[in-house]
Amino acid sequence: MRPEDLRERQVQSAVPAEELAELVEGLTVIGGRHRKVDGAGKLTGHALYTDDLVLPGMLHGKILRSPHPHARILSIDTNLAEALPGVHAVVTGKEMAVAYGIIPWTRDEYPLCVDKVRYIGDGVAAVAAVDEDTAQQAIKLIRIEYEILPPFLEPEDALQPGERETIHEAGKPGRNGNITKHVRLEFGEVDRLLGESDVVIEGEYFFEGTTHTPIEPHCALGYYDPRGKLTVWSATQVPHYLQRELARVLDLDVARIRVVQPAVGGAFGGKSEPFDLEFCVAKLAMKSGRPVKILYTREEVFYAHRGRHPMKLKYRTGAARDGQIKALDGKVLIDGGAYASFGLVTTYYSGQLLPAPYVFESYRFDSTRVYTNKPACGPKRGHGSVQPRFAFEVQLDKLAEALRLDPMELRRRNFLGEHKRTINELRVTSNGFLQCLAAVEQASDWKNRYRKLEYGRGLGVAGSCYISGTNYPIYPNEMPQAAIQIQIERSGRVSVLTGASEIGQGSDSMVAYIAAEELGVPLDYVRVRSTDTDLVPVDLGAYSSRETFMVGNACIDAARKLRTLVQETIALEWQVPSAQVVLAGGWAFDAKDTARRLNIVEAFNLAEAKHGPLAAVGSYNTPKDVHGSYRGGTIGASPAYSFTAHVAEVQVDVTTGVVTVDQIWVAHDCGRAINPVLVEGQMEGSTYMGFAEALMEEQVFKDSEHGRAGLHNAPSLLDYRIPTSLDTPEMQSLIIESIDPEGPYGAKEAGEGPLHSSIPAIANAIYDAIGVRMDALPFSPPRVWRALQGESPLQAWERARSGGRRTDVAAD
Amino acid sequence: MHAIVELTVNGDRKTVAVPAHFTLLEALRYGLGLTGSKQGCDKGDCGACTVLVDDVPVLSCITPVWEAEDREVRTVEGLAAPSGLHPLQDAFDRYGAAQCGFCTPGILMSAVALLETNAAPTRDDIKEALSGNLCRCTGYTKIFDAIEDAARVTSEERRAAVQATSEERRAAQAMSDEGRATSGGPAVQEAGT
Repeated sequence: MRPEDLRERQVQSAVPAEELAELVEGLTVIGGRHRKVDGAGKLTGHALYTDDLVLPGMLHGKILRSPHPHARILSIDTNLAEALPGVHAVVTGKEMAVAYGIIPWTRDEYPLCVDKVRYIGDGVAAVAAVDEDTAQQAIKLIRIEYEILPPFLEPEDALQPGERETIHEAGKPGRNGNITKHVRLEFGEVDRLLGESDVVIEGEYFFEGTTHTPIEPHCALGYYDPRGKLTVWSATQVPHYLQRELARVLDLDVARIRVVQPAVGGAFGGKSEPFDLEFCVAKLAMKSGRPVKILYTREEVFYAHRGRHPMKLKYRTGAARDGQIKALDGKVLIDGGAYASFGLVTTYYSGQLLPAPYVFESYRFDSTRVYTNKPACGPKRGHGSVQPRFAFEVQLDKLAEALRLDPMELRRRNFLGEHKRTINELRVTSNGFLQCLAAVEQASDWKNRYRKLEYGRGLGVAGSCYISGTNYPIYPNEMPQAAIQIQIERSGRVSVLTGASEIGQGSDSMVAYIAAEELGVPLDYVRVRSTDTDLVPVDLGAYSSRETFMVGNACIDAARKLRTLVQETIALEWQVPSAQVVLAGGWAFDAKDTARRLNIVEAFNLAEAKHGPLAAVGSYNTPKDVHGSYRGGTIGASPAYSFTAHVAEVQVDVTTGVVTVDQIWVAHDCGRAINPVLVEGQMEGSTYMGFAEALMEEQVFKDSEHGRAGLHNAPSLLDYRIPTSLDTPEMQSLIIESIDPEGPYGAKEAGEGPLHSSIPAIANAIYDAIGVRMDALPFSPPRVWRALQGESPLQAWERARSGGRRTDVAAD
Repeated sequence: MHAIVELTVNGDRKTVAVPAHFTLLEALRYGLGLTGSKQGCDKGDCGACTVLVDDVPVLSCITPVWEAEDREVRTVEGLAAPSGLHPLQDAFDRYGAAQCGFCTPGILMSAVALLETNAAPTRDDIKEALSGNLCRCTGYTKIFDAIEDAARVTSEERRAAVQATSEERRAAQAMSDEGRATSGGPAVQEAGT
């Protein structure tokens, strides 16, 4: 076969040559409804998740967990377990007595407890054995002597420990060791402006804790090779941070640690910090010389938690007669559970992310996160800001009613605008919030139906905003926040090496679309290799909605370096300006004469002949001058913010208190949809998850009057109710593209923002339906039914319809 | 104590020695290396382990392995023809109905069972058929859409098959395969393998 014949066979998926004129202008891949690069593997059962991996000689590990919520460890006897045939290694806390924590300033936990246990489920010892049965048998043989301490289960109680031993030692003498963080920030003159407001709405809200519930339980596999290199495969969404913490805790050179993230079966923030099993498989592998795997049971996933913090929130919102928000005063008590996790950031986020998309003339928040003897809370999709957003958007609904304004109109009147700073000095660039409101208003036929449906049916609206990544990494450093490497092989195959964590959101596909767009290859010419720390440049992981914005920009950076090289090579051949050489659809062609063309492989080969092997790295770093000028002003700062509006339609059965959400319309400003299919998937998944928190989910623990204090009330997927296909409402996704000036092709986040306003939209719709305010989550049948018992339900509803309940309005 | 069990999985007769208390899921995953079926809860709550036993969806994590002896077990690995995806897999791929993909094998098996007994299901039929499979990523919308699409594709193929002679049938099949390959954008190689 001649080389020409071979070329004929190449780029079979290229765009037909006669259609090249259509590719001269605009984007050719970005914005298209493409398949995901990892779709076929996941659909055929061939994708490998951590528990699908088996290594020769692999042992199975189990972790012994505390039965007490708060106790001192007096002694641990592992002799019987070690003597059990089939047991290869046992490890206790003393062997890994280095405190860790995802936030470097609040390292307060150990892989296994050293002196104290702080919640039922805290890990105390671990074993590795030939099989799971033997490991299970072995942990039952470990004898632990505890001195039981009084537990703190409620945050108010934890604030007042008195003589009782606090959960952690106080950072400074005299401080309360039950407090993780207290933040108080004030912008403008809140008290004066509240006093000058025409209307002040006061409200108290409760957001119940919820947990991520990925369908894949956490799993990790460790292997320590004879030359001293540790490899950990883990269902994590932060391989880079895991690699660093493994090195610190196990006292290993970080260069001798390899972390690999196989396919991950859902995370939602629940796998965004190191967990005990990752340290345990590593240490047990080091002790036994064999690979060790630990797979959490579903119960352990519920106890590992790190989910949504329960919050008690009090707000006073002052406004002028025209609806302009003059002041917002918030006080938030956050139930953190036993460890800090991301709690320092949570405490800030509970206030910092509220001001957009609105203008506040003044704002104050006072947030306190306290420890309790329950599993630690952490970042769940919409970290820290979902709870205050619920409360505030219900406040706005009450305000609109007090002012006899349409709640859509009230939100429009307070719109922040584009290229503005919020009251707390966060820089907002693109802002499509008004278009979001308009889209849901139209789709829901709001004007004809709001306040006009029959008793028991209602519509509600809410809005929100979220970050597209954080301006600062978790550990301070000057290096890029995101990096990527692209290599072009002689066949035309493009390899993208990225540390971005694919957790189902589509980050592998996102970088493939960008590489295909920039380099002009068909999508099936792009291979993505992600999250193997031996191979890929550092990326910080899948949290804070950072991947599309940051890794997308890094990918453009790398790809354009290569594109320029190829364009210049061809331009020299053809004697045209290099901008005239278009790489698209599997071709390099002349924009002014598409008959002059090369297939893209030939173009790459010419460039390689001239410049050597084609490879480039690219990176992205955030602007460092766009945060608030006060202490804490960097937290909440993001290079761009997404905006969302929801309208929910509900039915309430007033005899049972059962709320049915029939339909949710969600409009989301994602800047630009790199692939609308994936953006819709994120909008629907987020909206569903908000709906689930609104109506069903409760991560709650028993008190001493209802069983063993601190015991999870329902650690199973049957009793912790997440929505089935029959529960989930119909959803309509409306994509708004504001084209952000700094996002990749204008893109911003879509994975977390569209959760927030789903919840208050449902709360506000319930009010429209029955005239009863639901200020505590979830809106479960008992809660709704009880709320309906206070007075004649019909009277309440009629009052709401005729202009509102004045009781919660303190007019001047 | 181990038991020796004879299973028919995806048409293949297999003999496997597993601990006697193993579930069908454990036998598939750890005995036969068929890791496509997933364990999400290990107590029959989530549906990720759903397989078909004699064409009926079964929660393999709470089915003792011996219950499947001498019966036909079908798993996600047996769905696709050697040359391409099953119409349901193809529709899931085009609609983005698999995000993390962990619940997907179980959902596909429930959907296969549905379409085999009800060629033209309504949306409510689909919701009912999937009510034992929890998905945490998608909010189900894209899954419903994909199943509706696959039902259309499948019934069109069936109608064509009834009308066509065997030769015409082959031609129709080739055309519809081509249509599927291009309708949702080009298929892309799997990443990270």
